[in-house]
Amino acid sequence: MTTYFSKDHEWIAVADGVATVGITNYAQEQLGDVVYVELPDAGKELSQGDEAAVVESVKAASEVYAPIDGEVVEANEALADEPAKVNEDPEGAAWFIKIKVANAHQLTEMMDEAGYKAYVETL
Amino acid sequence: MADTVADEDLKQTPLHDLHVELGARMVPFAGYSMPVQYKAGIMAEHLHTRSKAGLFDVSHMGQAFLVGPDHETTARALEALTPSNFVELGLGRQRYTVLLNDEGGIIDDLMVTRSVSEDDDGRLMLVVNAGRKDVDYAYFRDKLPENVKLEVVEDRALIAVQGPEAVAAVALHAPKAAGLGFMSASSMEFDGIDCHIARAGYTGEDGVEMSVPAGAAEAIARALLADERVEPIGLGARDSLRLEAGLCLYGHDIDETISPVDGAITFCMQKRRRENGGFPGADRIQKELVEGTDTVRVGLRIDGKAPAREGAEIAIPDGEVIGILTSGGFAPTVGAPIAMGYVLAEYTKVGTPLELIVRNRRLPATVAEMPFVPNRYYRKPKS
Repeated sequence: MTTYFSKDHEWIAVADGVATVGITNYAQEQLGDVVYVELPDAGKELSQGDEAAVVESVKAASEVYAPIDGEVVEANEALADEPAKVNEDPEGAAWFIKIKVANAHQLTEMMDEAGYKAYVETL
Repeated sequence: MADTVADEDLKQTPLHDLHVELGARMVPFAGYSMPVQYKAGIMAEHLHTRSKAGLFDVSHMGQAFLVGPDHETTARALEALTPSNFVELGLGRQRYTVLLNDEGGIIDDLMVTRSVSEDDDGRLMLVVNAGRKDVDYAYFRDKLPENVKLEVVEDRALIAVQGPEAVAAVALHAPKAAGLGFMSASSMEFDGIDCHIARAGYTGEDGVEMSVPAGAAEAIARALLADERVEPIGLGARDSLRLEAGLCLYGHDIDETISPVDGAITFCMQKRRRENGGFPGADRIQKELVEGTDTVRVGLRIDGKAPAREGAEIAIPDGEVIGILTSGGFAPTVGAPIAMGYVLAEYTKVGTPLELIVRNRRLPATVAEMPFVPNRYYRKPKS
């Protein structure tokens, strides 16, 4: 499994042609207490840059964009009942969606963990 | 989220360095660099204020005095611009009011305090919204009679301490604070520093707002924060607390097009003023008091967990749009999303089912009683 990172603070873990997508620890720190997550239904076709999900903190709503093209194969239903998981375990149990990778070359434009860490330090 | 003002152009309050030291996330607000939250986060800060005590830097707000030859002259000058009764405001008493334009719209909402000492009579202290200072002051200077002057205070900070333990924490340093009634104020010493303390606030809790010398603000804040009951609270929780308390935020829930009747804040209009008028826009407002308005501000509770934000449309179930949200968010003490907004007058009854349109979906909501969380203002025991 290889994990990629986007400049929009998403992580994308790819195994067997399926990408698990979530938001990074840096992103959850910026958002603050997450109170609601709106996820797409399985079967939805996403193009890179489409609005894939919405994260609501106490103060504001933030969009999460699809980092790559592909069909949503699963959404993390557990987040509906426990949105605070996004604050507790953003890069683990609180994944958002799984996407069937349609264009693998889009992944090569992403950062690896070291590259993302260096990017965050510039912010 | 690009900031429209460069950081170096932002004003700082006397507590700025303390905020940074405490790990605050600083954001631009009304031309100031202000703490939106500290390390604990908005949720924890909100809940701490409701259970113990929170300290808020509100030094960005405008402090000023109206100064005339005697109380009646100053009070009448203010009554000419607002719909409240100031002539009969007692010594050391405080009142919420609105500054009105000629159309009866709200230029700003503000707190007005009459000095507790007869030696200072003829002075009324004002606290106005940060983002409205320039507009308010220009309006006063334009409209006040010759013998009443506006004196803007630039050398004092404003610190709010709110929550069930707030007054006990303040009273360790300023014992006289414990004797204040709700919406009363007095000059007093806080650890030997001359302060002006009012028992009021913007959270629905008991607490105080303290006008303190700018140079002593940090020492006062540190003395209070050393008390284990008191934590620093940012603007994020200030907003969620006031929304739960059903209180308006200027520029969102009320503005220059909204009258006190539209805004459902006619409690700021005392009997003599309602009957006799004599304030800007009196024709409109007195008519509205009798006939009502087309739309009215109401509170809304939302089913489910998805919050609805300012600007969301309000509709009748499966039907047409009949209003718009002016504030909305997750309410930590309620444990659910709440909102306020304007709806057509026929839909204002508590319990009326409505829908909020969020990202093309309709969220079921119900017109609700405000405040959403019961007020716990201090009531002096009868002696």
